[in-house]
Amino acid sequence: MNSRPAIQIENCQFRYQPDSDKALLQIAHWQVEKGETIFVFGPSGSGKSTLLNLLGGILLPQQGLITLDDVDLNQLSHRQRDAYRARHIGMVFQRFNLIPYLTVLENIQLASHFSRQDKTALRQRIQHLMQELQLEVNLLNQPASQLSVGQQQRVAIVRALINQPQLLIVDEPTSALDSDARDSFISLLLNQVASAKATLIFVSHDRGLAPHFSRQLDIQTFVESGAQHAV
Amino acid sequence: MLFKLAWKSLLARRVSVLLTILMMTVSIFVLLSVETIRHQAKDSFSKTVSGVDLIVGARTGQVNLLLYSVFHIGVPTNNISWQSYQEIASHSAVAWSIPISLGDSHRGYRVIGTTDEFFDKFRFGNKQALTFRDGIPFAGHFDAVIGAEVARQTGYQVEDEIVLSHGIASTSFSQHDDHPFTITGILAPTGTPVDQSIYVSLQGIEAIHFNWQGGVRMPGNAMPEAEDLQPQTITAFMLGLNSRIQTFNLQRQINEYRQEPLQAILPGATLMSLWTMLSSVEQVLLLIASLVLLGALIGMANMLLVSMRERRQELSVLRALGYRPGFLFLLLQIEAMLISLMAALTAFISLQLSMFLLKDWLLEQYGILLTRLSVVDEFLFMLPIVLLASFVVALIPAISAYRQGLHQQLNL
Repeated sequence: MNSRPAIQIENCQFRYQPDSDKALLQIAHWQVEKGETIFVFGPSGSGKSTLLNLLGGILLPQQGLITLDDVDLNQLSHRQRDAYRARHIGMVFQRFNLIPYLTVLENIQLASHFSRQDKTALRQRIQHLMQELQLEVNLLNQPASQLSVGQQQRVAIVRALINQPQLLIVDEPTSALDSDARDSFISLLLNQVASAKATLIFVSHDRGLAPHFSRQLDIQTFVESGAQHAV
Repeated sequence: MLFKLAWKSLLARRVSVLLTILMMTVSIFVLLSVETIRHQAKDSFSKTVSGVDLIVGARTGQVNLLLYSVFHIGVPTNNISWQSYQEIASHSAVAWSIPISLGDSHRGYRVIGTTDEFFDKFRFGNKQALTFRDGIPFAGHFDAVIGAEVARQTGYQVEDEIVLSHGIASTSFSQHDDHPFTITGILAPTGTPVDQSIYVSLQGIEAIHFNWQGGVRMPGNAMPEAEDLQPQTITAFMLGLNSRIQTFNLQRQINEYRQEPLQAILPGATLMSLWTMLSSVEQVLLLIASLVLLGALIGMANMLLVSMRERRQELSVLRALGYRPGFLFLLLQIEAMLISLMAALTAFISLQLSMFLLKDWLLEQYGILLTRLSVVDEFLFMLPIVLLASFVVALIPAISAYRQGLHQQLNL
C-alpha cells in the first residue's frame, strides 16, 4: 500500500485563458512519495499559487493527470473535490487563516466539522495539538482576533492537522514572523508533520529555509521548459 | 455551524447590521401599521351601524341615503311624510323604528331629531348598545343629548344650555335663540358618527321651527300647542324587523310604495359598496408601504454585497477548509433572514406596544376607537411575505457569494 505516491502529476498543462497558446504551468512528470517534505520556491507570480490551487482541487488542469494518493482529481465532481479537500488536505496561508470573530475553538471546529471523530476524542486531540504547538489551552475560548500573528499561524496548523490529512499545503506561513519565531515555527511544523506521517508541500520565496526539508523544487522548472523532473 | 457563523458574522459587523435592522424595522413598522389601519378602518367602518335591517328615505342614491342618515354627511334631497313613516312602521314585519330628522346644527355639529327608541335600539360595532357617560336620555321637548366628541371639543356638561342654528353650516345667521336646549345626557364614545352628533326629540325640532316659513322666522311669539308639535315630515328612518327573512320582501314593498317615492337600503351591503369606493385609498397606502419595504430590502442587499468585499479572505478560508459554494450562498441568505426576522419582530413588538399605550389617548384626543387591540394576525400575514421578499432580494448577494466561491482561487 505504501507504494502509492502521495502526489503524482503526469503531462499536466494549465493556462488561465483556455484559448491562450502559452501554458502557465507545464509538468511532464512529478511525483512525491508519502512522508516527503518538499520545499517549493520561486519569485512571486511564478506559478506557486497556481500549483497549490491545482493540488487543492480548486483549479483543474486543461490537460493531464493529477492524482493524490491514487485519487484522480479530474474524475471527481466539484462537490467531491470539496469533500476530498475537507477530509484529506490541510492548508495554511500566509496571513489570513482564522476567522477573526470566531473563537480559536470555533475556528478549529470549522474544520473538524467534516471529520467523524467523536467529541471527547476530538477534544483530546485539539488539546494535544495545542500543547504540541506550544499554545495554552485557555486560548481556545478567545476570539481569534486577540491572538498574536505567531499564535494565529500555530492555531492554523492545529486546524490543518485536526482531520489527520495525508497532505499538508503551507504557503509562506512565516513571512509575518521574525527569524527566531520563524525557525521555531518551522521545527514545530516539521515535528507535527513527522508524527502525523503526512506529506508536506511548503512554499516560500526565502531559500534560506530550504535545508529544513527533504527535497526542494524550483517552480521555474515547471514554467519555462516543460518536461522536467524534480530536483 | 451555519447559524453560528451567520450570527457571529452579523455580530462582528454590528454597527452596519444594526442600522440595516433599524431601516428594515421602520419600513416593516410602516407596512404593518398600514395593514392594521386598513383592517381597523374597515372594521369600524362596517360597524358604524349594526342591528338595523333597513334604512328608508326619499328616493336618491343608495350611498347618498347612507351618507346622510348614518354618517350625517351631505344634504338630504327630500323629506318623507310622517304618514308614510307611520304606515310602514306599523307593518307587521317591523319590530321597531327610529325616525331621523335632520336640518339643524350647533357649532357645526349636526342636530338629529329622533325618539328615545334611538337610545334603546340603535346598535354599533358588534351589536353594542349606546351607553351614557353622564346623565339620561332626553325627556322634555327642549332636552338634548350630545355625543362624546361634541362634549370633549366644547367642554359642555350636563345642565348646560345650547342654542341651535338653522341649517348645517358652522356659522349661521338664523339662530333658534328663542328656544335654548338643556343638555340632559352625554353619550360614551363609540368611534362612530354618533360621537359627533347632538340628539333632540322630534317635537323639539318642530317646536323651534313652529313659527318659521321658508327658513325665516315669522314675527310673533306664539308658543305651540302640544298637538301642533306632531311632525309633518322626517328625513329618514331606520327599521328593525321581527325576522331577517322578511328584509328583502319589505324592501321591495317600500321601494314600490304608491303614496310617495321611497327607497329602502340594507345598511351592511351599502356600507360595503361605499367601502370599495374608498378602498382605492388604502390600496395606495399599501403600495407606498410596500415600496418603502422594497427600498429597505435593497438597502440590506447592498449592505451584504459591500460586506462581501471585506469578507473575501474569510470566504476563501471557508473554501480551503472544504466548504462548498452552496454553503456561502446559504450563509448570506441566513444572514438576510436573521436581519429581516429581527426587524419584523422589533416592528411587531413596537406596534403592539404603542397600540396598548396609545389606545386611551387616541379615543380621548381623536375619538378613534381601536376595535381590535392585537396585530398578531397582521403580523402573521406579513411575516412570510417579508421573509419571501427578503429571500428574493438577498439572492443578489447570495449568488454573488456563490460565484465568488466557485471561481475564486485560494488565498495562497
